[in-house]
Amino acid sequence: MTAGGWIMMTLSVGLVLALNVYCFAKVLSTPRSEEHLHGPLDIDTRDRDT
Amino acid sequence: MSGHQDQDLRPRRENWASKFGVIMVVAGSAVGLGNFLRFPGQAAGNGGGIFMIPYFISLLLVGLPLVWAEWTMGRFGGARGFNSSPAIFNLLWRHPASKYFGVLAMIIPVVIYMYYVYIEVWCLRYAIDYATGAIAQVGAGAGAEGSVAAYSNYFKSLVGMTENGWPSKEMLGLVVLTFMLNFFLIYRGVNKGIEWFSKFAMPALIVIAAIVVVRVLTLGTPDPSMPERNILNGLGFMWNPRLAEGTSLLSSLANPQMWLAAASQVFFSLSIGYGIILNYASYVRPDDDIALSGLTSAATNELCEVVLAGLMIVPAIYLFLNLTDVDFGSTLSLGFHALPSVFERMPLGNLFGMLFFLMLFIAAITSSLSMLQPAIAFLEEGFALGRRASVTFLAMIVTIGALIVIHFSENLVALDTMDFWVATLLLFILAMVHVILFGWVFDVRLARAELTRGAEIPIPRLYWFVIKYISPVYLVAIFVGFCWYNLPDRIRGIIESNQRETILFVLAFVGLLMIGFTFLIKEAGRRWERRLELETQEDTIP
Repeated sequence: MTAGGWIMMTLSVGLVLALNVYCFAKVLSTPRSEEHLHGPLDIDTRDRDT
Repeated sequence: MSGHQDQDLRPRRENWASKFGVIMVVAGSAVGLGNFLRFPGQAAGNGGGIFMIPYFISLLLVGLPLVWAEWTMGRFGGARGFNSSPAIFNLLWRHPASKYFGVLAMIIPVVIYMYYVYIEVWCLRYAIDYATGAIAQVGAGAGAEGSVAAYSNYFKSLVGMTENGWPSKEMLGLVVLTFMLNFFLIYRGVNKGIEWFSKFAMPALIVIAAIVVVRVLTLGTPDPSMPERNILNGLGFMWNPRLAEGTSLLSSLANPQMWLAAASQVFFSLSIGYGIILNYASYVRPDDDIALSGLTSAATNELCEVVLAGLMIVPAIYLFLNLTDVDFGSTLSLGFHALPSVFERMPLGNLFGMLFFLMLFIAAITSSLSMLQPAIAFLEEGFALGRRASVTFLAMIVTIGALIVIHFSENLVALDTMDFWVATLLLFILAMVHVILFGWVFDVRLARAELTRGAEIPIPRLYWFVIKYISPVYLVAIFVGFCWYNLPDRIRGIIESNQRETILFVLAFVGLLMIGFTFLIKEAGRRWERRLELETQEDTIP
């Protein structure tokens, strides 16, 4: 295997692996969209006495 | 119009249960035999490591942009109650002709299913043959060259390549079994059938592929009498940049055929242009992310293709076979002639052969499931058919097509005809329809708002320039190049072929299907217009 081969393999495999790690880490760590929704009591309308 | 009829116009809405599920479903649709057999053959046959330069450029300029475009158009349609391509095209481009482009999105996956299900059966049959040991000694004692030829004969007799006719009862039994499995999962629906299966099948596929990769990479020098056949040299054959003799890197990169091969590989591998992503994305909830999901499904496809297949297939072949015996340009030859010969020589080859073909079977079934859903969605929303009625109607159509493929098996003529004219030529045209619709017809502000709503990652500003100008030009260039290099030979082949009648019969069958779907779309179009009118009236009621 030549130096060029090592470079092409490392770059190609590394790039794809890094992209997968980034994407799946983000997918698995992000809550579902429903969890972003705020129930009526969570919304701070700033019209209550504190 | 009665309230009951109004309700009929809006079909029951289905959704994916989880983000991980939809990613596995879309990735499962994309990952197929093309990843594991076509990609390594194309890379090894087109300059090795140097092939990866046009490959990644094509991925950035046409692959990912089209993936995001289809996800965006799909979710936009789904949020308005439309799941099929003809209806979504009608929604995006308010012109009476627009929905008829959707004929291609119906016909392409359905016709591909007709022959893909048979390839699925071959994979299952090979996996069973490895499990029972029936295939183990097909090439025994024949030497490397004779062994590939022996497996080639085995394959030809199995699928009936020597003359038209029906295969063995065992093969027909497997066809029925595979059909039933596909339709059982399809009948259970997008959530309980396709998503449920893909969530288990895709991780299983990746684990099996990883096991086979580890086996190949730890083979070292299997035959000490041939020290040059070692794993490092095998990896070198796949990844070393091979420049044309007497040329520099730049002049080697100027080879148009290599760019055509790389761009086509990206295009076919990501399943863009089939109308499948459009349909699958329509079941995503309106506020769920599509930017990250689209990127992740494409990344999973690349994982299977570049990492798993790239480290597995070509190095394994290099270790055990003479490279002159292997046709790297033929997916079928690589998978069903050369690799069995490799497994025969590999320690624990039966086990790894079974795992490999089981992996191909899983990859094929997650793809074939996706090919039926767009037409089912169309029948459900266009004619208010229930799941059972639409699945039954489609089953009848694809059974006729599959029987044609199975019967006209001499040199796989029916399969090859459908693959070239529908799965390649029409596919390019449909992809161009998608890119033009998204880049030029769909209002750019709406498109931007749709793609970025709920997005978990930022979309680069450059994307909008690429999808509007670069991707269409790039796609047209690939299409013209493809026609230039392939069409004259194909037409000459039909004229000179002794199977001309069969080829014309298959093309007539496809033409008939196109006419049938055109009429169905015309009828469904009236229904969609009524729905859109109704919704417009509801919006204007004070």
